[in-house]
Amino acid sequence: MAEEVKTAQFWRWPETNWVNPDIDWRRGKLITAGVDVGSVSTQAVVMVDGEFFAYGNTRTGSDSPDSARKGMDFALKKSDLKVENIDTCIGTGYGRVNVPMAQQSITEISCHARGANFMYGPEVRTVMDMGGQDCKAINVDDGGKVLNFMMNDKCAAGTGRGMEVFADLIRVPVWEIGPRSFKIQKEPPMISSTCVVFAKSEVVGLLEAGTPENDIMAAYCSAMAHRILELLNRLGVKEKFVITGGIAKNEGVVRRLEKELGIKTADRVWYKNEYADRGYPFDTQLAGAIGAALFGNVLLKTGKARSVRKA
Amino acid sequence: MIVAGIEVGGKNVHIVVQKDGQTLGKAASPTGIKKAEAVEALYDEVLKKAGLTRKDVARVVATGSAAKRVSFANGSIPDATADARGVIKRFPSTRTVIAVGAEEGRAMKVSPEGEVIDFAINEKCAAGTGTFIEAMSRALEVSVEEMSKIAMESTRNLSINAQCAVFGESEVVSLIHQKTPKSDIARAVMNAIAGRIGSVARAVGLEKDIVMVGGLAKNAGFVDSLRKTIEMEVTVPDDPDYVGALGAAEAALARVIAEEVNEREVEKEPATEGKVSSRRNDG
Repeated sequence: MAEEVKTAQFWRWPETNWVNPDIDWRRGKLITAGVDVGSVSTQAVVMVDGEFFAYGNTRTGSDSPDSARKGMDFALKKSDLKVENIDTCIGTGYGRVNVPMAQQSITEISCHARGANFMYGPEVRTVMDMGGQDCKAINVDDGGKVLNFMMNDKCAAGTGRGMEVFADLIRVPVWEIGPRSFKIQKEPPMISSTCVVFAKSEVVGLLEAGTPENDIMAAYCSAMAHRILELLNRLGVKEKFVITGGIAKNEGVVRRLEKELGIKTADRVWYKNEYADRGYPFDTQLAGAIGAALFGNVLLKTGKARSVRKA
Repeated sequence: MIVAGIEVGGKNVHIVVQKDGQTLGKAASPTGIKKAEAVEALYDEVLKKAGLTRKDVARVVATGSAAKRVSFANGSIPDATADARGVIKRFPSTRTVIAVGAEEGRAMKVSPEGEVIDFAINEKCAAGTGTFIEAMSRALEVSVEEMSKIAMESTRNLSINAQCAVFGESEVVSLIHQKTPKSDIARAVMNAIAGRIGSVARAVGLEKDIVMVGGLAKNAGFVDSLRKTIEMEVTVPDDPDYVGALGAAEAALARVIAEEVNEREVEKEPATEGKVSSRRNDG
């Protein structure tokens, strides 16, 4: 019998989900959900009276409604909470208007700002959301309200997709790139091409010339950091500065960005001490969905949304 | 006087060997990763076919983004200059040259003497280059030649929103999933690139006559889109991809003459002269 060998996809990061063991959702008054359908990943977050209850982080498929459903099912997989128990659901992200269980949609810029405020605390002033196919630098106030922002959604350089293309090319899992980019003798010059397509040829050239893989990873991370820096410099960065989205998990990019910027990013730790103490998972990709779920809670409380809870 | 013009671009090497303005031989090959080696091999091949040796060639001029890889060249000229030179003799009424290769798109405003008066360039981004079309042809699973053909069959005006080649690929894939005919997608891709090139060309003012050169000029589907986008006639010479090499060969000839009448010119370029002697030694 022939054995089926699956080709490894180096850009494919593990999908994760979690349910808060400390919350009994049946005792909660308002159960709200946020679904962030991005171009590359989809997150669903459920909050009970504004407290983090469950999440699912999955890869976006070719269809937004399916991706939203898949994300929500995955978030609720380990819980007995059903979609029917949710009072209101807010859609956000690139596919926000195509979230079947959502009653309203709010832009991901507002949601990331609000989510970052919840995750990192009210001192946050600049949020850099590094998404799959775009990046946004957002200045916010102490309530997590957007003051102004700048975004790049035209070019894959400096986006998560750009990093995935690179991971696939050098055949290194995307989560290993950051750590390996520091295992080098000396910081190499960054990849000079801005365009991801041209950078690919440049990387192939470096590989061919026998450049160590780790050095190439450092060169690519450094180019990406540089690209993000341009956007941040135009907006103006204020501390506390935080990064949300998938690239926030890539130390190779984050550390190099901090160095060029001369500003540290806040540690990826919950602002709420009890969350940090209890070791709730802190996933920077969740900021948008958390923000959306929190908006749901506010909308219900202020009477701007009505509960659609069926059970 | 036998001279050679060599253009080393992002994707291909083009070589033209001429004697007093008459072409003795020419050839092209992919640059690959080891550009210098590709150049050497192709040069020897062209010379061999023409029944020549390196010793017979009085002067070699290189051009293109990787002109420096031609170790045996006596000098190099910018690609915009090479294109202008290569075009003006054959089409004296040319005022705008549009050159689009694998990794670069540029437009030049030229004088009747073939001097570059002004130019605009896109070299930072694959959108607006031949590479974009190649990437989309892979997503469409048709050859670039086929894509050019089917694009002209489409009557629909579909548009590709993505500017970036990486995002464009996802967009093409989703259009395929929606069962959009490949011809319509091909047309949309050509229109998108024609739009990008058109705006580069507008930066230098689209004065006629307009001549398009470079590898993408061979793509009839693209040229058709470009004509419609800028609403002007665009002339494409035979072998448009050899124009840069041809311009370099002509520059080589012009410099040979200068060298003979004015020795000072030679003194100005000691580094170049050093290269001449090494070339003669290994020849």
